[in-house]
Amino acid sequence: MIKVLNYYANPGRFRRLSEKMYPWSLGLTIIFLLLGLWFALFNSPPDYQQGETVRIMYVHVPSAWMSLFIYSAMTIFSIFSLIWKHPMADLLCKSSAPIGACFTLIALVTGSIWGKPTWGTWWVWDARLTSVFILFLIYMGLIGLVRAIDDQVKSARACAILTLMCAIIIPFIKFSVDYWNTLHQPASIIRAGGPSIHHEMLIPLFLMAVSFMIFYFSFVLLNAQTELYQRRLKAIFIKNVEDKK
Amino acid sequence: MNIARIKRRRRILFLLLGFSALSISGTLILLATRDSIIYFYSPTELLNKNNIENKLIRIGGLVKTGTLKRKENLKINFVVEDGKNEIKVEYQGILPDLFREGQGVICEGKVIKNNIFSAYKILAKHDENYMPPEVADALKKSGKWREGENN
Repeated sequence: MIKVLNYYANPGRFRRLSEKMYPWSLGLTIIFLLLGLWFALFNSPPDYQQGETVRIMYVHVPSAWMSLFIYSAMTIFSIFSLIWKHPMADLLCKSSAPIGACFTLIALVTGSIWGKPTWGTWWVWDARLTSVFILFLIYMGLIGLVRAIDDQVKSARACAILTLMCAIIIPFIKFSVDYWNTLHQPASIIRAGGPSIHHEMLIPLFLMAVSFMIFYFSFVLLNAQTELYQRRLKAIFIKNVEDKK
Repeated sequence: MNIARIKRRRRILFLLLGFSALSISGTLILLATRDSIIYFYSPTELLNKNNIENKLIRIGGLVKTGTLKRKENLKINFVVEDGKNEIKVEYQGILPDLFREGQGVICEGKVIKNNIFSAYKILAKHDENYMPPEVADALKKSGKWREGENN
């Protein structure tokens, strides 16, 4: 394991591997997304209470999962970056933040659209909604911070430290619906006693979740490749300037 | 042991200490401020509060079956219960689609008299169960239906 990690600490090797994997994972994303959307829109039953409105769940819930998953992944990358100084961990952490922010925004917006017909309100400041909004602000803060510092090493370290400090929001979001009275209902999937969603509705939910997961995988690789090319361009540019002196 | 390993070990220790300090302090803050973080009081929690008359608060629970009375001009009365205690609620206005007897509800308003709550806003709370209508009907027929149990 450590050998593999060390092997891919080399940016060139990492880039070549990710360029090989990217088209496959993008293809898988599209296949799962089409399959998931087909099940979600045409081949799953309406809910006994909410009717057709329940179909918002197939976008809302996987996005919310991804917003938490990506932040957890960034926390792990930050630990690798701070303790083992793995250069690709910095890169992956930086590349993950915009994707995480997008998923959080999608979860917030679809949740709001879902909330109006079911709860009777677009937005309330309960513990779950507020904490997810804070997660969105954290993502934006991280994106800003990592781009505000020019020095690569310093910006990576600042980003890793802030990621770790804010990681406490993740358990807070997960358990907010159980510990504090909230308008948002408690967890349906990961809870004691098994999922409380009918299996015909679980199929599109998991297909969408898988497609969002591979989407994240492909786009984090794409972001990382772009960043590596940018760094190389910068290095070439600096070398040219210095050669002319 | 070489310097790099000693340094790495120090970084791990520092991170562990920092992380545990942050999470312990965060947990303590959240535990201490539970009252201002919760979105609504249940009728039981409401009983233990003093000085709440004429203050803007939210209560939540289930609409007790058989207590919903509709009057003229969109006025309604119902009872909110949490299994142990209950409170009467008055409201006038438009209700969310999911509002019905046995359903979770959150009311924003004031306690006006002894155990009467005057709501100016009502939100429906839905539970974490999702199923097709046919399954719900089948459950109701077979007597395995547990209305609002998980709210």
